[in-house]
Amino acid sequence: MYWRETMRQMNDIGIGSLIIVALISTFMGAVMAVQISYQLGGQFIPRYYVGYLVRDITIIELAPTITCLVLAGKVGSNMAAEIGGMRQKEHIDAMEIMGVNTSAFLVMPKILASVLVVPILVSLAAIVSIVGAYIAAVPTGLFTSAEYVQGIRVFLEPWNVFIMYVKAVVFGFILAAISCYQGYFVQGGSIELGKASTAAVVMSNIAILIADYLIAVLLTS
Amino acid sequence: MIRAEGIYKSFGDQQVLEDIHINFEAGKTNLIIGRSGAGKTVLLKILVGLYPPTSGKVWYSDVDFTSLDKKSVRDIRMQVGMLFQGTALFDSMTVEENIRFPMDMFTNRSMKEKIDRVNYCLDRVDLSGVLDKYPSQLSGGMQKRVGIARAIVLKPKYLFCDEPNSGLDPKTSMVIDKLIHDITIENNITTIINTHDMNSVMEIGDNIALLHNGRLAWEGNKGEVLTSKNQVLQDFVFASPFLQKVRDLHA
Repeated sequence: MYWRETMRQMNDIGIGSLIIVALISTFMGAVMAVQISYQLGGQFIPRYYVGYLVRDITIIELAPTITCLVLAGKVGSNMAAEIGGMRQKEHIDAMEIMGVNTSAFLVMPKILASVLVVPILVSLAAIVSIVGAYIAAVPTGLFTSAEYVQGIRVFLEPWNVFIMYVKAVVFGFILAAISCYQGYFVQGGSIELGKASTAAVVMSNIAILIADYLIAVLLTS
Repeated sequence: MIRAEGIYKSFGDQQVLEDIHINFEAGKTNLIIGRSGAGKTVLLKILVGLYPPTSGKVWYSDVDFTSLDKKSVRDIRMQVGMLFQGTALFDSMTVEENIRFPMDMFTNRSMKEKIDRVNYCLDRVDLSGVLDKYPSQLSGGMQKRVGIARAIVLKPKYLFCDEPNSGLDPKTSMVIDKLIHDITIENNITTIINTHDMNSVMEIGDNIALLHNGRLAWEGNKGEVLTSKNQVLQDFVFASPFLQKVRDLHA
């Protein structure tokens, strides 16, 4: 039962978020390419640096952080509403009376699924963002295909990829844990459920940003 | 048998239950009745362990339920079935999955054995052809029956029903009442029903406890309801002008 529930959550978080993550990542990469080109334009900096900057900014910061902020809104609010709804409709009481450890049955699969799936989504976001930058800039002549490919291949630090995955795992845990907490302890009716759902998003976002700063300080100093 | 012994419960400054002593006997339908806000639901939730009492004890046979550790509470709860006011059927599961859920969680039975048991329980509550349906596709009465089937699937020793007739028409209510009563006798279950439905009181009230303002106001059985001189009971039972006329005619 626990494994089946974990698989269901992985499907909901992963497959259910593919389109929104891909869409945001594409535009994130596209905007970065255009703006970095604009800022570096006219300076004595090789144009392949655009690709290099897009890649590293994406990997170190934007792919994990933006993706998880978006997931906190989409997945986090959904988790809070789902568990909160179960609390209000006495499903959690029913499970408790059956002897089910509800925190383990309802919360753990969500946290586990989030910790496993969010890094995959972040990887996808990074790839799509880099491709998005290419699509936005090469056909419009901001730089050539060769320059961009050269840029994304130079100065690659595997440590940066490690940082991305650390962030993805930590953010995945944060958004699931906070959202489940908000839903699990909801009291009252539909207004309180709405507030819990909103609180899940807001608190997850704040916690993700604080964790982002702490990880940056710890892993780059 | 379940025994409530000196139960007090308060939420902040509000005293909800005071000094409740009740015995709930096995093989009988034990009713907790009273007006809305009398403390029925709180008492029921204390009895099943969803709320801790402020003071007092709940005994399941000779086991002090209120002082058990988590694991022992789980062991007792595996002998408990409960029918909720809103049925609490899981929306994302079919009827079969809902009824099978306790077996999936706590037994190592084969799938065939589980499905046989599900079919038996559905048959027992007179439902057929609904295995693959979701709760939202069923009527209120059918949902109650599925709730009962889920509650009895692990052959519980204790059955709790919170307002089993709420939202049901009188005829369906009688069917549900009879079903619960028959299952109680067949399996010698200690059944506790929280209700304010007078039809239930008069049909299946083997033991009745009346709560009023958080206190036990009266105890008896359905035969004693009409003859009791207890004023709180009289006010509760004969609240409507229609029933007052019936009483007067009976007199």
